[in-house]
Amino acid sequence: MRIGVVTFPGSLDDRDAQRAVRLAGGEAVALWHGDHSLDGVDAIVLPGGFSYGDYLRCGAIAAHSPIMSEIIDAANAGMPVLGICNGFQILVEAHLLPGGLVRNDHGDFICRDQKLRVENTSTAWSSGFQTGQEITIPLKNGEGGFIADQETINRLEGEGQVAFRYLEVNPNGSMNDIAGISNAAGNVVGLMPHPEHATEEGFGPDTTLAMRSGTDGLTFFTSVIQSSLLARA
Amino acid sequence: MPHSPAAKPLELLVPTIVVEVMPKAVLLDPQGKAVTGALHRLGKEHISEVRIGKRFELTVDEVTPELLEEARILGEEIFANLVIEDVVSVTAL
Repeated sequence: MRIGVVTFPGSLDDRDAQRAVRLAGGEAVALWHGDHSLDGVDAIVLPGGFSYGDYLRCGAIAAHSPIMSEIIDAANAGMPVLGICNGFQILVEAHLLPGGLVRNDHGDFICRDQKLRVENTSTAWSSGFQTGQEITIPLKNGEGGFIADQETINRLEGEGQVAFRYLEVNPNGSMNDIAGISNAAGNVVGLMPHPEHATEEGFGPDTTLAMRSGTDGLTFFTSVIQSSLLARA
Repeated sequence: MPHSPAAKPLELLVPTIVVEVMPKAVLLDPQGKAVTGALHRLGKEHISEVRIGKRFELTVDEVTPELLEEARILGEEIFANLVIEDVVSVTAL
């Protein structure tokens, strides 16, 4: 499966996302924000970072990049799209996901290994998890507080579009402890924590077994590959 | 000695449309909160709150009602994210 990773000016985690795709058994395809080509990929990752220096609002200028018009069309046609951190901010600014992300309620940048609960395993990027599974992946953001009006929150909760929820610590003041959401179809997923940083032993979060041995993030990428194989079978 | 052109008179400022955006009142405004705290430490407790927004100045050839309307739409679609901000004014400078 060919998974495109878009590099915007100021993207930081595009290489890590490409690496995660390869570790999951996919072919990583580098895409450039200024192009209008998706290079025939089967899925897309919008990586973390500080596109356009977070000018205007996080993700706002990237959401109007040339390649985003193709990504919006592809997402609306069902292509799996994962937005991680700044990628999540780009997805809400592009209106592919509802709500918004505001500065952390405590005002500080936060970086920690974050425990999450997988709330919905029917999305393209979470199908390899068990419902209710608890996972730990790194979180690092300054503007990760998820907000939406009450009607939107009710709809997300009622329709099962809350895909991942913060456990034990709400690190940024997100409403309802929401860490990640999906669109109604389940092909577009955005979350603030970073699954691509927990895909290889020696470089992930600590576990009870060994330091830096956490690879819970790998399942995001194996999920999308597995679900595309099932769809073809 | 080279001849220097006359300075441009101040009244010939370029036509400008100003769009102002503020964070929604219900949301925490961390910048405003930090400035409020600093003012209070300087003994300015009579200023109970500071909120900080954004001002966009759009240079145009001529301010027309059509361009003011276009600026309002740009304000709502790009300059502001209406989930977290409001466009509070669109005016000709």
